[in-house]
Amino acid sequence: MSAVNHSPSADAILACEGLSKHFGGIRAFTDVAFQARRGEVTAVIGDNGAGKSTLIRCLVGVHVPDAGDIFFDGRLHPFANPDEARKAGIETVHQNLALIDELTVAQNLFLNREIVRRIGPLALLDRKAMKQQARAMLSRLSINMPSVSQRVRRLSGGQRQAISICRAAGSGAKLVVMDEPTAALGVQETANVEALIRRLREQAVSVILVSHNFDQVRRLSDQIWVMRAGRMVATVRSSETTGNELVALVTGAA
Amino acid sequence: MTIPEQNAPVHTAGAAEESRPSLSALLLDPSFWADWASVVGLVGLVIVFGISQPVFLSIANLQALLLAAAILVVLSIGQTFVVATAGIDLSLAAAVMLGAIILGLVDAAGYGIFLACVLAVAATSAVGFLNGALITAGRIPDFVVTLGTLSGVTGLGLILSGGEPIMVGSTFLLRLASGSFGPFGYPVWVAISAVLVAHIALYHTRFGVHLLATGGQVESASALGIRTNRVKIAAYTISGFCAGIAALLLVARIGSAEPQINTSLLLNSVAAVVLGGVSLFGGRASILGPAIGALMLTALVNGLTLLSVSAFYQPLAVGAIVVLAALIMRYQK
Repeated sequence: MSAVNHSPSADAILACEGLSKHFGGIRAFTDVAFQARRGEVTAVIGDNGAGKSTLIRCLVGVHVPDAGDIFFDGRLHPFANPDEARKAGIETVHQNLALIDELTVAQNLFLNREIVRRIGPLALLDRKAMKQQARAMLSRLSINMPSVSQRVRRLSGGQRQAISICRAAGSGAKLVVMDEPTAALGVQETANVEALIRRLREQAVSVILVSHNFDQVRRLSDQIWVMRAGRMVATVRSSETTGNELVALVTGAA
Repeated sequence: MTIPEQNAPVHTAGAAEESRPSLSALLLDPSFWADWASVVGLVGLVIVFGISQPVFLSIANLQALLLAAAILVVLSIGQTFVVATAGIDLSLAAAVMLGAIILGLVDAAGYGIFLACVLAVAATSAVGFLNGALITAGRIPDFVVTLGTLSGVTGLGLILSGGEPIMVGSTFLLRLASGSFGPFGYPVWVAISAVLVAHIALYHTRFGVHLLATGGQVESASALGIRTNRVKIAAYTISGFCAGIAALLLVARIGSAEPQINTSLLLNSVAAVVLGGVSLFGGRASILGPAIGALMLTALVNGLTLLSVSAFYQPLAVGAIVVLAALIMRYQK
């Protein structure tokens, strides 16, 4: 177990210092320092209510922290809302996935980023180009999808998760944030999503992964940060830790 | 006011199919039948009425049927945009009345028929915009807001007109109502153009995708940066615009602006949307479906009239068909 690092180094894509957030009298987390290195998968673990999700939501602009500094790509206080975060290059795979059931796979992949061709004053959707690029995006991450013209409603939980991750990665994001990406999935689907996260890492996309599955975190991540009762209590390299140590860190038994 | 009669509807069917998966997959898909209930219903009605009363299939009757359907088709398109956002526009028929009265007043005041038409459409679009703004900025349910504007707009129409019908003796409107180009009268061409434009807007523009996304899952849509409030306001404004076009067609048809609401227009516009397979929960819509739904409802009334069924039975028949259609869709989903 190493000490919590308090200076964001140059190879950090996203970092924070002294971050605190309260909701009324309820303390979500206090004085948190955290950093995610470029090109790595960084995991945040902790028990339910430890403050992981709120921390992540502060980092991507959903909540505004009460105190502390956030750095993205070297910039201080980078964004005021999720839309700015998205434009800056942080894509969040939401826990509810933010997919539109009645739209097709291709439409979801290009939602609010539609390709249009201009005919005089008209801007018409270039469906053919979007379908082609959608197929390319899916195959780059080896995602199996019968048809990009299928409505998302028909897809399984794993396929939906894959589309959501593919959309996040396909937009040229510098950092993809995933909150419990396999929480609702079966064994096989979980394995597929894990393979997908590895492929993202191979393509040099930085990933922040929130999870409380310790085995999964050790399999996937490079660096693990541990939260307990609203504080960041430890950070370890995944290669240098054991499941037992993580359990001890999360529960405070160490 | 434009009458783009040159717009021949050649590519309508092809464009509709292109937006969907392959044809054989479609025919096995039960929700395809739900989507196209209006087509199946229309074909059924044409067969039944055609056998029981051959006059129904005469060219003259079919042309009259299309003419009678034009207003409802235009209104159903407006209602479709609103229902696609998971809303409803109850003020639609009241806006038609307001548009007609403004048209009549401006024309009677001698400002010319074109300005009268423009102001009528502007007024109904403003009603739609107001609906959208109140629903989004005021965070009031669509049902309550449009019920409020239904009453408010009705009152405004009565105040402006003094409760008296206004004769509109314009040759332009007379030509619009009675003239024809090719096989169809001008009002039918107006309806066809509206269908085409709306179809392109819904299926071939970013706005259309954002509209369906907003109606489907509003939180997801806004999480992806879609300005859902603007989309909703636009949908209600489109609905108001359609009410304005319908007002022009209505005044042209009856030759005067009547300060009374045709409530069956409102109910039938919602009915046509339901028959057209548009989900009342939003997110799923087509333009051809409701347009054919409107045709079907008009065909039903036309056929019953030809069969000498008392007019008192017609609302009953419309109601039964709409509820039946909704039931079938419920089971298929």
